[in-house]
Amino acid sequence: MKQITILSGKGGTGKTTLTASFAALARNIVVVDCDVDAPDLHLLLHPQIMKTQQFVGPKLAVIDKTKCVECGLCREACRFDAIDDTLEVDSLLCEGCGVCVVVCPEEAISLKKRISGQAYISKTRYGTMSHARLTPGEANSGKLVTLVRHNARRIAEKENRGLILIDGPPGIGCPLIASVTGVDVGFVVTEPTVSGIHDLQRALQLLEHFHIQPFVCVNMYDINTENTEKIIEFCEENSVKVAGKIPFDQIVTEAMVNGKTVVEHSPRSVVSRGIENVWEKLLSFLNEE
Amino acid sequence: MILSIAGGKGGTGKTIVAVNIALSLKNVQLLDCDVEEPNAHLLLSPKISETKPVYLPVPQIAEELCDHCGKCSQFCEQNALFVSPEKVLVFSELCNGCGGCVIVCPKEAISEKKRKIGTVRIGMSGDVELVYGELDVGEPMGVPVIKEVKKQIKNHKTTIIDCPPGTSCPVIESIHGSDYCLLAAEPTPFGLHDLKIMVEVLKAVGIPCGVVVNRAGIGDRKLYRYCEENEISILLEIPFQRKIAELYSRGIPFTLKMPKWIDKFQTLFNEIKDRVEK
Repeated sequence: MKQITILSGKGGTGKTTLTASFAALARNIVVVDCDVDAPDLHLLLHPQIMKTQQFVGPKLAVIDKTKCVECGLCREACRFDAIDDTLEVDSLLCEGCGVCVVVCPEEAISLKKRISGQAYISKTRYGTMSHARLTPGEANSGKLVTLVRHNARRIAEKENRGLILIDGPPGIGCPLIASVTGVDVGFVVTEPTVSGIHDLQRALQLLEHFHIQPFVCVNMYDINTENTEKIIEFCEENSVKVAGKIPFDQIVTEAMVNGKTVVEHSPRSVVSRGIENVWEKLLSFLNEE
Repeated sequence: MILSIAGGKGGTGKTIVAVNIALSLKNVQLLDCDVEEPNAHLLLSPKISETKPVYLPVPQIAEELCDHCGKCSQFCEQNALFVSPEKVLVFSELCNGCGGCVIVCPKEAISEKKRKIGTVRIGMSGDVELVYGELDVGEPMGVPVIKEVKKQIKNHKTTIIDCPPGTSCPVIESIHGSDYCLLAAEPTPFGLHDLKIMVEVLKAVGIPCGVVVNRAGIGDRKLYRYCEENEISILLEIPFQRKIAELYSRGIPFTLKMPKWIDKFQTLFNEIKDRVEK
């Protein structure tokens, strides 16, 4: 079983658009949305939820006001500024570390479990999907990503699927690290903007750090062809393979408005051909690995 | 006043809006809190005057004092400590620096050492002070770097905060303490979906918000309908224009080449200021 994660560093370069089209072109896959705090893939794949699982996130400190003597030791000890002057716990800042519990002389504080989101296993027209929704504002999205990927592997084994296709989150922090660890290829979608190039470089450094094979694609390449050349040169200099480039086209947004993948919405368009070409290259790259 | 720019979805124009607002105002500082992928400095090319490493305290074990009782490991919610009969293993990347293991150790065998996880840079670009954080590649936790960036907030200046994408802890840390949050959104199904999540987050933290529609003209009208039904003001629309996109691709804030927009950003800011002061 192979695993590919689509990532970008910078947001809005087209990760989800490409993942959805790849899902449409692929055979025998499990599709995964690891962008658990702003998931969008379901808007194109319309999953029918078969199974919902509660995600237990970091614990939450609860102060028993009947025991509290207002000494304030908990507030002083908390390094996350989660306890305010009135000794109320701010649930969004509390990391559930338990320091307040051990410093409280009155045993007035305890940690309680909190549900920080849901993980789903769903049916889509392209195969089974593993995805999730983090409760807005909650922490520990990395752990939820790990749960979503664990579910995906179980489904792939059960259904005997050869490929797990993962839509990753933006950035290079904990949810992204959780989305790429152990995958066969990190497929980086970049755009020919100064920001896109900068973020591509950091994303490539991250993949190198975790010993993951990178494969790059320039999306909306005709927004700035000079920058596209720079990206391709940079990749060549660093022995990073480039899958190809895809032009900018408003039909991508049109397809999204219609809740469809681009390759379904306009199969004959230049964009769709570009995506198909990149997908073929990605598959052969994966098989070489 | 502290104004944060967030959006939920990535690539909706948070940085463009933040940078252009900053360039349109006087006595202003811009804090780039997208420490995983900071971009504001690429548009502003600041002259850096100060570089500060960001450290996280992590435990170090004095093995000669440790009797391997395992209390530290039982305490640690991050599973950053593993105690075997002979040795204690510290998984530094998992540690959030809460300091609890030091408190619970009965043998006083644990102290803390500093581990570098990122850098904060401070500089000037014209009249705009830019502060930005950069998480070291491979480090999972951006929040401590965001906290260090936010320590540079100066009360006598207008502070603009460029937030990271998403709707989880790094965003919460970035918007915390803001007087107002401006949401950069694009009028597409993805844009609307993620905007709704951000609106929920802002309700939970009690920060008032308004919307800047970026790439207006693409997509559909559902975002406008949602804002109307939920009484969320659309304070500015930036049309989808090839010229704006091309300038951005070259790292040029479009107000520099399209100066009539300075007025629009000033008006936007004054409108927000009026709302906050009410």
